[in-house]
This record gives sequence, C-alpha cells and structure tokens, in this order.
Amino acid sequence: MAAIRVDGLRKAYGTTEAVAGISFEVVEGECFALLGPNGAGKTTTLEILEGYRDRSGGSVEVLGADPAHGGRDLRERIGIVLQSAGIDRELTVAEVVALFGGYYPHARCRTLSGGQQRRLDLALGIVGDPDLVFLDEPTTGFDPSARRRSWKLIDSLRALGKTILLTTHYMDEAQNLADRVAILAAGRIVAEGSPASLGGRDVAEAEISFRLPAGAGLDELPPLGPARPRLDDGRVVLRTEAPTSALHAVTGWALARGVELEGLALNRPSLEDVYLRLTGGDQLAEDDA
Amino acid sequence: MSTRTRAGTRPATWPLLLRQVRHQNKLFLRNPFSAFFSLAFPLMFLLLFGSLNSGQTLEERGGISYAQFLTPGLLAFAVVSTCYTGMVTGVAMNRDMGILKRVRGTPLPAWIYVAARILSSVWFSVVSAVLMVAVGVALFDVHIVWRMLPAAFGTLLLGAACFCALGIAVAALVPNGEAAPVVANFTVLPVVFISDLFFPMDAAPAWLRALGSVFPVKHFALALEETFNPFVGGTGWRWDHLAVVALWGVAGVLVAVRKFQWEPRTPGASGRRPRR
Repeated sequence: MAAIRVDGLRKAYGTTEAVAGISFEVVEGECFALLGPNGAGKTTTLEILEGYRDRSGGSVEVLGADPAHGGRDLRERIGIVLQSAGIDRELTVAEVVALFGGYYPHARCRTLSGGQQRRLDLALGIVGDPDLVFLDEPTTGFDPSARRRSWKLIDSLRALGKTILLTTHYMDEAQNLADRVAILAAGRIVAEGSPASLGGRDVAEAEISFRLPAGAGLDELPPLGPARPRLDDGRVVLRTEAPTSALHAVTGWALARGVELEGLALNRPSLEDVYLRLTGGDQLAEDDA
Repeated sequence: MSTRTRAGTRPATWPLLLRQVRHQNKLFLRNPFSAFFSLAFPLMFLLLFGSLNSGQTLEERGGISYAQFLTPGLLAFAVVSTCYTGMVTGVAMNRDMGILKRVRGTPLPAWIYVAARILSSVWFSVVSAVLMVAVGVALFDVHIVWRMLPAAFGTLLLGAACFCALGIAVAALVPNGEAAPVVANFTVLPVVFISDLFFPMDAAPAWLRALGSVFPVKHFALALEETFNPFVGGTGWRWDHLAVVALWGVAGVLVAVRKFQWEPRTPGASGRRPRR
C-alpha cells in the first residue's frame, strides 16, 4: 500500500517550471528522502502533497486522497513540520500543545492499545521540552517495529541534546540507545561501561566452536592453547585469549585430514552473555538445562 | 481511490469554536499592545476630553452634555480600534510569522479560525463598551437611555462585525506585517476626525461632512450617539446609518473571501499563491 503516490507531477510559476514532471511512491512505513539543492523543487513538491499548493499537472495521492481536495479528513491524519512556521509567542508550551492537540479527533485514552498508550506516555514526557528525561522501560510491550520507531524518537531526543536515563531489560535496547550502561543485580551495580566494553567484553576470551568431525575424538585435536576444549552436545567449544593462533591450528588440522569443520564459529561474549553472567542468570539457565 | 478517515471522535464544532475564541482572548490579553489600544486608549480619551469639556452642552444635539455625546462616540472609536486596527495588524503579523500557515495545516476548519478571531474582537468591543459606559456614568454623569439600550447593543454588534470584515479585508491587501499598522492607522485616523466622533461635525465645511459620510465610521458613530440622546424619541434604531455600515461590511467580506491568504507573502514570488 502506497502512502504517497506521485505521477508526472508538474508545477509552473509563470514560465518557470519548479517541478517538471516527477514520479515516485512512498510505501507505508517507509522513510523516504527528497534530496536536492536549493531551488530543486523539494519544498514545492512537499507543499503540494501537504495541500498548500495546487499543481499544474500530473496526479498525486496522499493516503488515498487528492491533497488539493483532502480537506479536514486528510489533515487529521498528517502532521506537518514546516520549514518555518510561527507560534503565538505569548502562549506557554503546554497551551500550544493542548491547542493543536484539540484540532484532531480524540480517542479516549482507554481505547489505546498498549503500544499507543506507551507512545502517549512518551509524548507526555517530552511535551514540556525537558532537559532530562526519565524513561522507565519505554518500549516494554511494543511490537518490534514500534520499538524501532520509539528508538528513533529517543535517538532524536538525544540529538536535541537531552539527557536520558532509561531502564530496560532488553539488551538490544541498551546497546542501541545507551552511551553507557550499568548492570544492576540484586540492588547492586555489578558492571558499568559502554555497551561495547561492558564486563570486559572487548578484551574477553573468544569462544571457538565447531562440530566434531565424524570419527574424530576430542583427544585427536592439536594443542590449541592453554585451555582445554570441552565437548558440548557434539560441539567442540574452546575459550581462548588468542583466537588467531587457535583458529590457525584447528583449521590446519582439519585441512590435513581433509574434513570440513561444520558450524565453525568465533564468538565474543554478547552483552546478553555478560548480563547473564553478571546477574547470575547463566547459573539459572544451566540449572534449568 | 478511497480516503480513510482517522479513528476517534472528531472534536465537536461548537466546543471547538468556543475553545478557539478563548485562545484568541488569551492572546489578546497577553499582548499588552492590543489590550492598550482597545481598552486603555479609548478610556484615556474619555477621561481627557470629558474633563477638558466638562460642563459644556451641545445645542445642536438638543442640549445634551458633551460627555453624553462623547461616550457613545468613543464606543465607536473603541470598536474601530479593536476590530479594524486590531484585525489588520493581528492577521497580517500572524500571517508573516507563519501562524496562519501552521493552522491551515491542521484539521481546524478555516471558518472556525476566522470566526473565532471575529468573535474575540467583538467580545472585547463589548467589554470595552461596558467599561467606558460605566466610567462615563460614574465620572461624567452620563445617562443610559434604557428604552434605546437594545438599539445601542445591536448597533454595537453590527458595527463590530462590519469593522472586523473590513479589517480582515485590509489585512489581506497589505503586503506584510510591518506595513499593517501603518496602513491601519493611516486609514483610521483621518477618518475618525471627520466622523462626528470626538466632536459634532455640524459646523464643519459641507465637503468635509460629505467626505465623512462616505465612510462607515461616521454612520456607526451617529447611530450609536443617537441611542444615548434622551431627546430623541423612539427605540433608537437608525436603519439609514446601519444600512451604510452593513454595506461596507458586505464589501469587506467580499474582498476578504477573495484575497485572504494563509501564507506569508514573499516579495517577488507573486506567482506562489496558496490554495484557499
């Protein structure tokens, strides 16, 4: 489903063609950028789609309607951030937001889905243009795409120079949003640092793993460093601080035997591994197994 | 091609209008200049001229006191200031600031926005009128002629509507917000001095009286003044004067509807006319 459909759009001011027959489509949920120098017709195109200008030719469709005749129905569904638009300067921020909010159809808060409710929470949190924002599990209950959108919103808040303190139990959320992370376990901070270095991830032992070739035994492997490999459900698992030489040894051994090492992988501990290790979750996981 | 509409209950028209009027009222009160010109300025004139001419009577008006003449005249002046001058400058400046453009991008119906501006101006005209009559009664022994009060009120409302329409029309014609106060004052000030507003024009040269009669201010002032003259019989409706005022109002509406713009006017981009 296309949110915007532009076909052969033209706009002439007198003899000047500001837009000379352009066509494009924007799919729902997509982020589409019109890139070009000043005077390229970007704003003219945009303002035709917003309903501010009529067109000289071609057809456009915005959310299924012609913006030239979309009227109130269409304007209720679009949000416009103009290049320059005024605000009544004597009003407070809250009054402006309340005023403009009052122009749109109102859904009672109780009819909002969990994700919508959370976005409302976010809106209420930033409506006062604060310098510091507290976000307590801001995306809990969101579906994956809503989470991504919220991350972008939070990122844009950061770009505005706001300080954000958020709590989350999603590793990827912390990894994506946070400059620094503190891991809290049982009321104590057990690790603190950038997501990349947390818990010594950046210098931690790497883990080499592969499926043991058929007919081979663990004791047939060449020496791979100080640590001994272990066998885990048919997979050889080796922790090493020198993965380069260990890999060289193990692949040389496989080449000499003429076998392919199935599932060969080199992993550093993920943030999740660190988290589980530091919060004692790995103990539970192993107990469960 | 089907237009999907937004889910939820669309805000009801009348509460939305009321809310928008309150918003305009708030802006009016928070802008010291608009409040000064609409409320304080006419009141200042009343105190000044009323004191300067206290004890004088006007034989050409049946011997009423000067204050009895001046108070309704200044009501007319307050209405012109609030509705005409205020609308010309307010609309043109807000257009320059992009406020009108932003509003146009929201679902708020255009007519509600315009109607709210008008109703707000009319509201402050009434406030100003009540205030001035109260001061006139308290300080200058002005008498309210009760049998003509409905006519006074009706005349006030019609005049306010007319000058709002003219204000919006002129705002649509002025090139930018900086020109607006100049144009507004240049059109208002000469006219109010030949419009029987601060003093009766009965002794003035015929051509000046004829010139004053072309414009709506004089007819509005005369119609209002009559409703405060106890020597005039009847209910005080001066349909002849009101007809001229209404005619100007209709002309204002026609120009406003044709020329009104929501976007700032950029010099040299006359082709960039927005859709209405």
